[in-house]
Amino acid sequence: MELAGVATVAGFVLGTLCAVGLRSGGGMARLCSIYVEAIRNTPLLVQIFLVYFGLASLGLRLSAFVVAVLALTINVAAYTAEIMRAGLDSIPPGQIEAGECLGLSRVQLYWHVLLLPAMERVYPALASQFVLLMLASSVCSQISAEEMTAVANHVQSETFRPFEAFIVLAGLYIVLSVLMRAVFWLLGLALFPRRRRLGTAL
Amino acid sequence: MTDKDPVVELRDVHKSFGALKVLDGVSLTVARGEVAVIIGRSGSGKSTALRCIDRLEVIDDGEIVVCGHRLTDAKLNLRALRQDVGIVFQSYNLFPHLTVAQNITLAPVSVKRVSRAEALETAQAVLRQVGLQDKADAYPEQLSGGQQQRAAIARSLAMKPKVMLFDEVTSALDPELTAEVLRVMEDLAASGMTMVVVTHEMSFARRIADQLVFMHGGRVRETGPGDILLDPQTPELRQFMSHELHAATR
Amino acid sequence: MEIGQLNANHAAFLLQGAMWTVVLSAIACLGGGVLGMGVALCRVASSRFLRGASGAYVQLVQGTPPLVAMFLLYFGLPGIGFDVPALIAAGLALVVNVSAFLGEIWRGCIEAVPRPQWEAAECLALSRIQRLVKVILPQAVRIAVPPTVGFSVQVIKNTSLASVVGFVELARSGQIINNSLFQPFVVYAVIALVYFALCYPLSRWSRVLERRAGSWRRRPAGLATLAAP
Ligand SMILES: Nc1ncnc2c1ncn2[C@@H]1O[C@H](COP(=O)(O)OP(=O)(O)OP(=O)(O)O)[C@@H](O)[C@H]1O
Ligand SMILES: [Mg+2]
Repeated sequence: MELAGVATVAGFVLGTLCAVGLRSGGGMARLCSIYVEAIRNTPLLVQIFLVYFGLASLGLRLSAFVVAVLALTINVAAYTAEIMRAGLDSIPPGQIEAGECLGLSRVQLYWHVLLLPAMERVYPALASQFVLLMLASSVCSQISAEEMTAVANHVQSETFRPFEAFIVLAGLYIVLSVLMRAVFWLLGLALFPRRRRLGTAL
Repeated sequence: MTDKDPVVELRDVHKSFGALKVLDGVSLTVARGEVAVIIGRSGSGKSTALRCIDRLEVIDDGEIVVCGHRLTDAKLNLRALRQDVGIVFQSYNLFPHLTVAQNITLAPVSVKRVSRAEALETAQAVLRQVGLQDKADAYPEQLSGGQQQRAAIARSLAMKPKVMLFDEVTSALDPELTAEVLRVMEDLAASGMTMVVVTHEMSFARRIADQLVFMHGGRVRETGPGDILLDPQTPELRQFMSHELHAATR
Repeated sequence: MEIGQLNANHAAFLLQGAMWTVVLSAIACLGGGVLGMGVALCRVASSRFLRGASGAYVQLVQGTPPLVAMFLLYFGLPGIGFDVPALIAAGLALVVNVSAFLGEIWRGCIEAVPRPQWEAAECLALSRIQRLVKVILPQAVRIAVPPTVGFSVQVIKNTSLASVVGFVELARSGQIINNSLFQPFVVYAVIALVYFALCYPLSRWSRVLERRAGSWRRRPAGLATLAAP
């Protein structure tokens, strides 16, 4: 659970930076785009193993939890980058010029004129991506990170009632995904007052 | 049957969208072969009235009879009604994945079950009627706005409707293209088609109307021959006319 | 040619695994496509019951990780007396998963066909079925091609989960090779490359299709960016 939570926050930050990188042009954009394409076109399971064994072969002995967080972050950051880039691309250039005319600094410009409105636009896509991440964290049971699926696996091997154990597990995930959607919806209302007041998408 | 027997009849029709009263007791009779033209300000309920006639909107109160179909009947045969009524919208609404000929033959073949050959023959005929005989195999996006609108008219005509409804069919067109569409409509009127036309083209309205209907605030405020435009009886129509005059000369 | 200690035998084994990945993907796409079509049609049906039931189905399936669905089918069903082979368990889990996602994508495509098209068809006296089949679906299909191709990439990636129920596809064949080589990083890097070789062309193609889809082919907002990890 914390697994997905930590990875969501870290992945969002990393992904947003990467989205900015993607738009910067030059070598940086190249690098970011290779990263994004590599992640988006390979399975999470394989990525997890790569991180797990890659770190091990570098001589780093980290707990399964840290490895899982790392792998999930790397994964979701790529998807976030892609979504945020679409959001940034949808901001009309006139907005940026208007911001420049107001004498905003580069950071202010990025924050107020680009990132926030872009985020508002792609918020639904981001939210569903993060719900998918939560569901995907089940895969981390494969490197024995202690999360729900791994626990259910324990339970079923001790009780010999696999059907019940996995039905309950599936039910838990469904409840969690519904909860997460609700939380994201509320968060959206809190974050974007315009949406709350006008009830329309940007 | 006489020449005067009504094809479209609205009696005290009421219609609201939520709290907004759009039709507030509209009555209107259109006889066979007659051309009724509805004019009025934006938002006065013209489109809604037209849509009610084709039962695209369900009315709250009153009565509508179209070609013998009582629209408030529980047992109304909607598809039979739609075969008798043709409607053309401001946004042509041609099917973009079909050629003009396919657009036109679709309904006759799948609804009236006429043979493809016969449907194609009809298509040729209606296309000639609207001056598009050489565009049968074009896709809608290859046509100009005026051509698309004429194709849409042809598509309706191919169903051999008993009455045609036109909702501001030239509003999205340049003056030149407008003229070619209006000409088609005038020919159609001359051929004896019963028509209900909503338009903002005042001179056209006067020319073509057997009956001119001025709507205001969801009611019919004035009705009569086309010449009532020259001598408005109500202040609303007078104001509307001076407004239109300004718009035309601008 | 050898990478690390990977030799031709290993390569042949991996290739076989890759073939099963493709087969499993094809099963998932075809089965999920057929079922997903049903889901999409139910989601836009006039019957409130069908709409509600299919909506609930989508919610349930999309809320369950495919991995857990596979566990349930492969380890769970034997627990109540049904033995299921790995291919069936993995295939079924994927088919159900794909049907829910494709169903939603396609519903979006059907709804992206402008309302006036429905209305124009209605005014020509076409029946509801005729409207759907002759006017709406042909337009929706064209809108649907890019996101569907894009989604097939997710399907290929999700087949890797079948390895956990012991089905020997690409990821599992990598694990098996690793058990004799003990060079996990190299092996998984090669596996990742093979997946990339399978997925990247599809990703590119879907993007090209998307860019080409101009003029009347309007695209539902946000679909292109929605993707499963
Ligand atoms: N489906 C609907 N739901 C809610 N309100 C509607 C709907 N259709 C029309 N209205 C409202 O009803 C009023 C009358 O609309 P209508 O389209 O009939 O006007 P109109 O006379 O055709 O105007 P115009 O010349 O602009 O076409 C308008 O205020 C419009 O906003
Ligand atoms: Mg109107």
